[in-house]
Amino acid sequence: MLIEFLIVVFLLVLGFTSGKLLELRHYKSIREREARWSAVPAVTFRTLPDQRPVAASVLVAGSVVISIDFWKRFLSGLRSIFGGELLSYSPLFDRARREAVLRMKESCPKADLFLNLRFETVSISKGAGRRIGSVEVLAYSTAIRYADEVRSEETR
Amino acid sequence: MLLGDISGITITNVEAVPGRKVTEHYGVVQGSTVRAKHVGRDIMAGLKNLVGGELKGYTQLLQDARKDAVERMARQASELGANAVINVRFATSSVTQGAAEILAYGTAVKLGDDAH
Repeated sequence: MLIEFLIVVFLLVLGFTSGKLLELRHYKSIREREARWSAVPAVTFRTLPDQRPVAASVLVAGSVVISIDFWKRFLSGLRSIFGGELLSYSPLFDRARREAVLRMKESCPKADLFLNLRFETVSISKGAGRRIGSVEVLAYSTAIRYADEVRSEETR
Repeated sequence: MLLGDISGITITNVEAVPGRKVTEHYGVVQGSTVRAKHVGRDIMAGLKNLVGGELKGYTQLLQDARKDAVERMARQASELGANAVINVRFATSSVTQGAAEILAYGTAVKLGDDAH
Protein backbone atom coordinates (compact mmCIF):
# COMPACT_ATOMS: atom_id res chain seq x y z
CA MET A 1 0.00 0.00 0.00
CA LEU A 2 2.74 2.39 1.00
CA ILE A 3 4.87 1.13 -1.86
CA GLU A 4 2.09 1.84 -4.34
CA PHE A 5 1.64 5.31 -2.93
CA LEU A 6 5.36 6.00 -3.21
CA ILE A 7 5.42 4.80 -6.80
CA VAL A 8 2.59 7.15 -7.72
CA VAL A 9 4.33 10.05 -5.98
CA PHE A 10 7.56 9.20 -7.76
CA LEU A 11 5.80 9.13 -11.14
CA LEU A 12 4.12 12.45 -10.41
CA VAL A 13 7.43 14.07 -9.53
CA LEU A 14 9.11 12.50 -12.55
CA GLY A 15 6.30 13.66 -14.80
CA PHE A 16 6.36 17.17 -13.37
CA THR A 17 10.10 17.76 -13.60
CA SER A 18 10.81 16.07 -16.91
CA GLY A 19 7.61 17.39 -18.48
CA LYS A 20 8.50 20.92 -17.45
CA LEU A 21 12.09 20.54 -18.62
CA LEU A 22 11.12 19.12 -22.00
CA GLU A 23 8.51 21.81 -22.46
CA LEU A 24 10.97 24.62 -21.77
CA ARG A 25 13.54 23.12 -24.08
CA HIS A 26 10.97 22.58 -26.80
CA TYR A 27 9.65 26.15 -26.60
CA LYS A 28 13.18 27.46 -26.89
CA SER A 29 13.80 25.45 -30.05
CA ILE A 30 10.39 26.45 -31.46
CA ARG A 31 11.08 30.16 -30.94
CA GLU A 32 14.50 29.95 -32.55
CA ARG A 33 13.25 28.09 -35.60
CA GLU A 34 10.19 30.31 -35.97
CA ALA A 35 12.45 33.34 -36.05
CA ARG A 36 14.52 31.70 -38.77
CA TRP A 37 11.44 30.95 -40.86
CA SER A 38 9.52 34.16 -40.27
CA ALA A 39 10.34 35.46 -43.78
CA VAL A 40 8.49 32.54 -45.36
CA PRO A 41 4.88 32.89 -44.27
CA ALA A 42 2.31 30.13 -44.08
CA VAL A 43 -1.11 31.53 -44.87
CA THR A 44 -4.63 30.11 -44.81
CA PHE A 45 -5.71 31.78 -48.07
CA ARG A 46 -6.88 29.54 -50.84
CA THR A 47 -5.63 31.77 -53.62
CA LEU A 48 -2.40 33.64 -54.09
CA PRO A 49 -2.38 37.10 -52.52
CA ASP A 50 -0.51 38.61 -55.49
CA GLN A 51 -0.35 38.13 -59.24
CA ARG A 52 3.25 37.04 -59.56
CA PRO A 53 4.17 34.16 -61.85
CA VAL A 54 4.63 30.85 -60.09
CA ALA A 55 7.45 28.49 -60.97
CA ALA A 56 6.41 25.46 -58.93
CA SER A 57 3.85 24.29 -56.42
CA VAL A 58 3.87 21.17 -54.34
CA LEU A 59 1.91 19.62 -51.47
CA VAL A 60 3.87 19.54 -48.21
CA ALA A 61 3.01 18.20 -44.78
CA GLY A 62 4.48 18.07 -41.32
CA SER A 63 3.25 16.04 -38.41
CA VAL A 64 4.00 15.17 -34.83
CA VAL A 65 2.58 12.73 -32.29
CA ILE A 66 2.81 13.92 -28.72
CA SER A 67 1.68 12.71 -25.35
CA ILE A 68 1.04 14.39 -22.05
CA ASP A 69 3.09 13.66 -18.94
CA PHE A 70 1.89 11.86 -15.82
CA TRP A 71 1.64 15.01 -13.73
CA LYS A 72 -0.52 16.87 -16.23
CA ARG A 73 -2.69 13.84 -16.70
CA PHE A 74 -3.17 13.74 -12.95
CA LEU A 75 -4.13 17.43 -12.94
CA SER A 76 -6.58 16.98 -15.77
CA GLY A 77 -8.09 14.05 -13.87
CA LEU A 78 -8.72 16.37 -10.93
CA ARG A 79 -10.05 19.06 -13.22
CA SER A 80 -12.57 16.73 -14.79
CA ILE A 81 -14.27 16.46 -11.40
CA PHE A 82 -15.02 20.17 -11.30
CA GLY A 83 -15.18 20.91 -15.02
CA GLY A 84 -13.71 23.95 -16.71
CA GLU A 85 -10.78 24.49 -18.99
CA LEU A 86 -7.96 21.97 -18.91
CA LEU A 87 -5.14 24.48 -18.80
CA SER A 88 -2.47 21.80 -18.67
CA TYR A 89 -3.45 20.63 -22.16
CA SER A 90 -3.22 23.99 -23.95
CA PRO A 91 0.58 24.26 -24.12
CA LEU A 92 0.69 20.70 -25.37
CA PHE A 93 -1.47 21.45 -28.40
CA ASP A 94 0.26 24.77 -28.93
CA ARG A 95 3.65 23.08 -29.07
CA ALA A 96 2.42 20.35 -31.35
CA ARG A 97 0.83 22.71 -33.89
CA ARG A 98 3.84 24.99 -34.05
CA GLU A 99 6.19 22.03 -34.35
CA ALA A 100 4.10 20.56 -37.17
CA VAL A 101 4.17 23.86 -39.10
CA LEU A 102 7.94 24.12 -38.61
CA ARG A 103 8.49 20.58 -39.89
CA MET A 104 6.32 21.35 -42.87
CA LYS A 105 8.40 24.45 -43.66
CA GLU A 106 11.69 22.66 -43.08
CA SER A 107 10.74 19.94 -45.55
CA CYS A 108 10.61 22.53 -48.35
CA PRO A 109 13.38 25.09 -47.83
CA LYS A 110 13.04 26.52 -51.36
CA ALA A 111 9.47 27.74 -50.91
CA ASP A 112 8.54 31.42 -50.91
CA LEU A 113 5.05 30.97 -49.48
CA PHE A 114 2.93 28.20 -47.98
CA LEU A 115 -0.59 28.51 -49.28
CA ASN A 116 -3.83 27.16 -47.78
CA LEU A 117 -2.44 25.85 -44.51
CA ARG A 118 -4.75 23.34 -42.86
CA PHE A 119 -4.51 21.58 -39.54
CA GLU A 120 -5.82 18.20 -38.66
CA THR A 121 -5.81 16.69 -35.21
CA VAL A 122 -6.20 12.97 -34.74
CA SER A 123 -6.60 11.23 -31.43
CA ILE A 124 -4.71 7.99 -31.79
CA SER A 125 -5.38 6.92 -28.24
CA LYS A 126 -8.88 5.73 -29.05
CA GLY A 127 -9.35 2.19 -27.89
CA ALA A 128 -6.06 2.09 -26.00
CA GLY A 129 -7.84 2.69 -22.73
CA ARG A 130 -7.11 5.79 -20.71
CA ARG A 131 -3.42 5.03 -20.37
CA ILE A 132 -2.29 6.68 -23.54
CA GLY A 133 -3.41 10.24 -24.05
CA SER A 134 -1.67 11.11 -27.28
CA VAL A 135 -2.67 13.10 -30.32
CA GLU A 136 -1.29 13.55 -33.79
CA VAL A 137 -1.24 17.02 -35.25
CA LEU A 138 -0.87 17.32 -39.01
CA ALA A 139 -0.22 20.57 -40.85
CA TYR A 140 -0.38 20.62 -44.63
CA SER A 141 -0.30 23.24 -47.34
CA THR A 142 0.80 23.98 -50.87
CA ALA A 143 4.36 25.26 -51.08
CA ILE A 144 4.77 27.98 -53.71
CA ARG A 145 7.95 29.09 -55.41
CA TYR A 146 7.72 32.30 -57.39
CA ALA A 147 9.40 32.56 -60.75
CA ASP A 148 10.65 36.12 -60.37
CA GLU A 149 11.82 36.10 -56.77
CA VAL A 150 15.12 37.87 -56.23
CA ARG A 151 16.79 35.79 -53.57
CA SER A 152 19.75 36.41 -51.40
CA GLU A 153 20.78 32.89 -52.23
CA GLU A 154 20.12 30.50 -49.63
CA THR A 155 20.84 32.13 -46.37
CA ARG A 156 18.28 29.92 -44.71
CA MET B 1 7.62 15.86 -45.82
CA LEU B 2 7.14 16.57 -49.50
CA LEU B 3 4.08 14.85 -50.86
CA GLY B 4 3.72 16.43 -54.28
CA ASP B 5 6.62 14.84 -56.12
CA ILE B 6 5.21 11.36 -56.20
CA SER B 7 5.16 9.61 -59.60
CA GLY B 8 5.29 12.80 -61.65
CA ILE B 9 1.86 14.02 -60.63
CA THR B 10 1.48 17.58 -59.36
CA ILE B 11 -0.41 17.65 -56.08
CA THR B 12 -1.79 20.70 -54.28
CA ASN B 13 -4.39 21.38 -51.63
CA VAL B 14 -5.80 24.49 -53.31
CA GLU B 15 -8.48 24.58 -56.03
CA ALA B 16 -5.93 25.02 -58.79
CA VAL B 17 -2.29 24.66 -59.55
CA PRO B 18 -1.09 28.28 -59.36
CA GLY B 19 0.14 29.50 -62.75
CA ARG B 20 -1.37 26.57 -64.68
CA LYS B 21 -4.72 26.14 -66.38
CA VAL B 22 -6.94 23.11 -65.78
CA THR B 23 -8.10 21.70 -69.11
CA GLU B 24 -9.95 18.59 -68.03
CA HIS B 25 -11.56 17.12 -64.90
CA TYR B 26 -11.55 13.42 -64.08
CA GLY B 27 -13.44 13.45 -60.77
CA VAL B 28 -12.46 12.27 -57.33
CA VAL B 29 -9.47 10.02 -56.75
CA GLN B 30 -8.53 8.56 -53.42
CA GLY B 31 -5.92 6.48 -51.72
CA SER B 32 -6.07 4.91 -48.30
CA THR B 33 -4.19 2.58 -46.03
CA VAL B 34 -5.06 0.89 -42.75
CA ARG B 35 -2.19 0.61 -40.29
CA ALA B 36 -1.77 -1.10 -36.96
CA LYS B 37 0.85 -0.13 -34.41
CA HIS B 38 3.08 -2.87 -33.10
CA VAL B 39 3.64 -3.98 -29.54
CA GLY B 40 7.23 -2.78 -29.21
CA ARG B 41 6.28 0.73 -30.14
CA ASP B 42 3.35 0.53 -27.76
CA ILE B 43 5.56 -0.32 -24.82
CA MET B 44 7.92 2.53 -25.64
CA ALA B 45 4.95 4.86 -25.99
CA GLY B 46 3.67 3.70 -22.60
CA LEU B 47 6.98 4.66 -21.00
CA LYS B 48 7.16 7.94 -22.87
CA ASN B 49 3.71 8.71 -21.55
CA LEU B 50 5.10 9.22 -18.07
CA VAL B 51 7.44 12.02 -19.04
CA GLY B 52 5.43 13.43 -21.91
CA GLY B 53 6.80 14.61 -25.23
CA GLU B 54 6.93 13.31 -28.74
CA LEU B 55 6.22 9.69 -29.57
CA LYS B 56 8.64 9.40 -32.50
CA GLY B 57 7.61 5.85 -33.41
CA TYR B 58 4.04 6.93 -33.95
CA THR B 59 5.03 10.06 -35.84
CA GLN B 60 7.03 7.90 -38.23
CA LEU B 61 4.24 5.36 -38.56
CA LEU B 62 1.65 7.95 -39.49
CA GLN B 63 4.02 9.74 -41.85
CA ASP B 64 4.71 6.53 -43.76
CA ALA B 65 1.00 5.79 -43.88
CA ARG B 66 0.17 9.21 -45.22
CA LYS B 67 2.86 8.97 -47.87
CA ASP B 68 1.44 5.63 -48.97
CA ALA B 69 -2.08 7.02 -49.14
CA VAL B 70 -0.96 9.94 -51.31
CA GLU B 71 1.03 7.59 -53.53
CA ARG B 72 -2.01 5.40 -54.12
CA MET B 73 -4.11 8.44 -54.88
CA ALA B 74 -1.51 9.67 -57.38
CA ARG B 75 -1.38 6.25 -59.04
CA GLN B 76 -5.15 6.23 -59.45
CA ALA B 77 -4.95 9.69 -61.02
CA SER B 78 -2.26 8.68 -63.49
CA GLU B 79 -4.28 5.62 -64.50
CA LEU B 80 -7.10 7.99 -65.45
CA GLY B 81 -4.71 10.01 -67.60
CA ALA B 82 -4.52 12.98 -65.23
CA ASN B 83 -1.31 14.85 -64.53
CA ALA B 84 -2.36 16.61 -61.33
CA VAL B 85 -4.51 16.15 -58.25
CA ILE B 86 -5.90 19.35 -56.76
CA ASN B 87 -7.75 20.25 -53.56
CA VAL B 88 -6.35 17.28 -51.66
CA ARG B 89 -7.77 16.56 -48.20
CA PHE B 90 -6.74 14.13 -45.49
CA ALA B 91 -9.01 12.17 -43.19
CA THR B 92 -8.33 9.64 -40.48
CA SER B 93 -10.61 7.18 -38.80
CA SER B 94 -9.91 4.53 -36.21
CA VAL B 95 -11.09 1.16 -37.42
CA THR B 96 -10.50 -1.13 -34.47
CA GLN B 97 -8.37 -0.99 -31.37
CA GLY B 98 -4.91 0.18 -32.27
CA ALA B 99 -5.53 0.53 -35.99
CA ALA B 100 -6.28 3.59 -38.06
CA GLU B 101 -7.24 4.31 -41.64
CA ILE B 102 -5.46 7.18 -43.35
CA LEU B 103 -7.30 8.57 -46.35
CA ALA B 104 -6.18 11.10 -48.93
CA TYR B 105 -8.59 12.33 -51.59
CA GLY B 106 -8.66 15.00 -54.23
CA THR B 107 -9.78 15.91 -57.73
CA ALA B 108 -7.81 14.52 -60.66
CA VAL B 109 -7.31 17.04 -63.46
CA LYS B 110 -5.28 17.61 -66.57
CA LEU B 111 -3.18 20.75 -66.72
CA GLY B 112 -2.47 22.67 -69.91
CA ASP B 113 1.07 23.54 -70.94
CA ASP B 114 0.71 27.21 -70.16
CA ALA B 115 3.37 27.40 -67.50
CA HIS B 116 5.12 30.73 -67.39
